[in-house]
Order: sequence, then structure tokens, then C-alpha cells
Amino acid sequence: MSKQENKENKKFSIWDLPDVPMGQLPPHLQLQRTRVVCKADAPIHTDTVLYSGAYASMGIDNSLHLDSFRSNFKVEVIRLTKDDMEFDMIGIDAAIANAFRRILISELPTMAIEKVLIANNTSLIQDEVLSHRLGLIPINADPRLFEYLSANDTPNEKNTIVFKLHVHCKPGEPRCTVYSEELKWLPNGSEFIKESEKVDTKPSTYTSFSCSQNSLQNFSSNPISPTEDKIIIAKLGPGQEIELEAHAVKGMGKTHAKWSPVATAWYRMLPEVVLLEEVEDEIAEELKKKCPVKVFDIEDIGKGKKRATVARPRACTLCRECIRGGEEWEKRVALRRVKDHFIFTIESTGAMPPEVLFTEAVKILEDKCERVITELS
Amino acid sequence: MEHGSLQDPSRATFSFVDEDHTLANAVRFTLNQDPRVSFCGYSIPHPSDARVNIRVQTTGDPAREVLKDGCQNLMLMCHHVRSTFDKAVGDYRTNTTEMEND
Ligand code: SF4
Repeated sequence: MSKQENKENKKFSIWDLPDVPMGQLPPHLQLQRTRVVCKADAPIHTDTVLYSGAYASMGIDNSLHLDSFRSNFKVEVIRLTKDDMEFDMIGIDAAIANAFRRILISELPTMAIEKVLIANNTSLIQDEVLSHRLGLIPINADPRLFEYLSANDTPNEKNTIVFKLHVHCKPGEPRCTVYSEELKWLPNGSEFIKESEKVDTKPSTYTSFSCSQNSLQNFSSNPISPTEDKIIIAKLGPGQEIELEAHAVKGMGKTHAKWSPVATAWYRMLPEVVLLEEVEDEIAEELKKKCPVKVFDIEDIGKGKKRATVARPRACTLCRECIRGGEEWEKRVALRRVKDHFIFTIESTGAMPPEVLFTEAVKILEDKCERVITELS
Repeated sequence: MEHGSLQDPSRATFSFVDEDHTLANAVRFTLNQDPRVSFCGYSIPHPSDARVNIRVQTTGDPAREVLKDGCQNLMLMCHHVRSTFDKAVGDYRTNTTEMEND
């Protein structure tokens, strides 16, 4: 090898070749990494690329840096009402978005009726079914103000809410319906007297409240009740009667769904509909007609020509109707989902507003991490 | 609880009681994003046992420290999510009340 050749060899590096991507993945890998591609038969590239060194051979770092996360992460609120909200969460991985969703459903505490003391029930609905129905009624009380009732605790004003239900349908009157509004809150605790063997002890009830919950500042202005007034509990025929006391305690959705603070919490990835080629005239019309949720629009491009455009990709339900009808349709339209853009919906049952639920869920995940850290230290 | 070897602290299995996919999958994500980790995965040995095992193998650093950093990262991310979310809700509220006032 001559000296000159050697020198040339030294200067040459494969990173200088024009087809080497610099700091960027080639388009097909980038697509694979950031989009789920929905084909006519099944979606592909559904997983996320986790490993930090996945693209190391291309000189690309797949690791996550907090700074870049901080600058890329975005939240946009779309809708926010008393008990339901929709927001976009952009720039986060499914693993974490899913953790939030799972916590919302099963690890956020609420208050729900757990014990029912039935004094009289002559209605058609059996005691156990009635109790189950009562359990599912959402209760308008902030669970953060209460403690858990453990097995050998006595029920007191800090861990139990007592409701009374006493309804009677007088003989000769038409049938009546019992609604949740008839559950009356007893801020002083149970009114049922416990039967005791010792005669001389003073009568005790099923709870031992040291003070009235009414005197606790948070409840005097905002009395506890079911969140909805018109939930049907039972129907009574003439002469039938229900008399009971219902004790609500704090619990979590993973024990029983009645403690779940959300009706649903779910997300979907942002749909992305791309026209791979110009779709014109009759085919454009046909495409517009194919979509049941009107994702496509038609625009005039002059000279009597028309072209299809993607006007409302967010509405796409991914029914894949637009890529059915032969190969040629799959070549025209690409259906994708953005892997790090989540459209999150939370429907609260009413105990707490949805935005509070979400922040509480995030806090719970933080607490979990903290617990692990302290355990390992 | 940690099951590792005394000779080689760079690989260990951690067993968390009372946790499930919620934490394990999120931690697996942050750990895999850490360049010091060569392998990380988790399993739930039995569905009726509230326990999850997380396996961490690193390129040299002690697995325990790397796992701690992973949790720390996740915590900081959560913190950021929370503040961003609160800000977005605040913005939404001011925007809608402005629109109502117009
Ligand atoms: S997948 Fe269905 S909803 Fe989405 S654009 Fe195609 S036809 Fe419309």
C-alpha cells in the first residue's frame, strides 16, 4: 500500500457516506418507532421500543432524558365539566399513561356502603341484593378526610359514614319507588341500639362517634349525601317497608368496583390518516362516502377537478372501512396512530372532580416510587 | 426485597409486595431507558399473590442503585406531569371564563 493510499484510507470514515443518517433514524424506522400502522388485517408496530441502546449501531440514543421529557411533554384540556373531562397528553410513553389509568380505576380510594344493618325489609327485593345495590351508590364525600377502617377498629366519626333509610308504602296506596335521596345522613352515627348481655351497661350503638360529623368543618357547609338523587333503590308495594342503616367506609377499587371513583377512565392514541397519493374526482367522492365519521373532505382544485383531503383525523375510529375494497385502497390511504399522544378521558362518579382524580392518581404513582426508594435505601 | 449475589451486585431480582403491573411496567420503562441497564423485565409469579419480581442487569453499576435511580426518574416525571396538568387545567379555566365574559 502506498503512503498516499493509506492517507486516503485514514480520512475515510463510513459516517461520512451520504446515506448515513446523522442523528436521525431513517424514515421507515422512525415510522416504526413512533406510529402504529393499521393495515387492513391487523395493526403492526404496536410495541414501543424500550431499550435505550436499540439504535446504538446507528449512533442514535434511544434513552430518555428528563430534560427532553420536560421540554416535550404537553397537556391540553379539551373538555372539563363537573364530572367528566377529556385531555390530550403528548410526549409520554404508554407504560406511564397506562399506570395512571390503572391507578384511576383501582387504586384511588372513595367512600362506599359496606355494611347494611337491616331492621325490616318486607319488600320484594332480598336483603343481600338490596345491600349490593346500596353499595354501588356513589357517595359525595371526600375520601381524603377519612381513614381506613381496619378489622379490629371500632367504627368512629373518622372512618364511617352512617345513612338511614326508612320508607314505608301505606296499605291502600299505589306502589312507590325508593330513590337514593331517601338515604338520610346521620352525622351522629348509628341509631340502632346494640343488644348487650349485661343489663346494667348503658346502651351502645353500632358506632362510637366521639363527636358529630356535622361539627367537622368540611361537612357542615356541605352535607354528605349520595351524588345522585334519583337512583332507584327498590320499589315498594302497599304495606311493604324497608328500615335499615347503611355504613359507608373507605376502600379501593381493587377490592370491589363500588370503590372505584371513575365510571371509566380510558385513553386512545391520536389517529393519523394520511393520503399516500392524490385522490381525485370519483375516487375522492367514493372515499368521502366510505368513512362513517366523515374524516375526509373534498376540495376544489380548479379546472373542475376535485381532491380528497383529510379534514378531521381525530374523529377516526379506525374502523378501516376506507382501506377495504382491494389493494388499491390500501395504497391510497394509510391509517396510523401516534404512539406518544394519548387522548385521555376520565368520567368521575361524582365524589371528586375529574381533574382532582388525575392529580391524585399521579401522586399515588409518586408515592409508590418513593416507597420503593426508601425500601432500597 | 432483593435477591442478588454477593459477588456480583450488577444483577439482581427485586421482589415487591402489594404491587402489580402499574408500578412494574412503568419502572421497567424508565429502567430500559437508562443506558446503564443491559436487561430489565418483570413478572408476576402468580396472579393471586400480590407480588411482582423485577429483574435488573446492568453494565456494571449496582442494580440496586440503578433501580433507585429509575424510580427517582419516574417520580420526577410524575411530578412534571402533575405540574403541567395543573397548569393546563388552570389555563383552560381562565380561557373558558374569558369566553363566557365576552
Ligand atoms: S378508518 Fe374508518 S373512521 Fe377512520 S378514516 Fe377510515 S373509514 Fe374513516
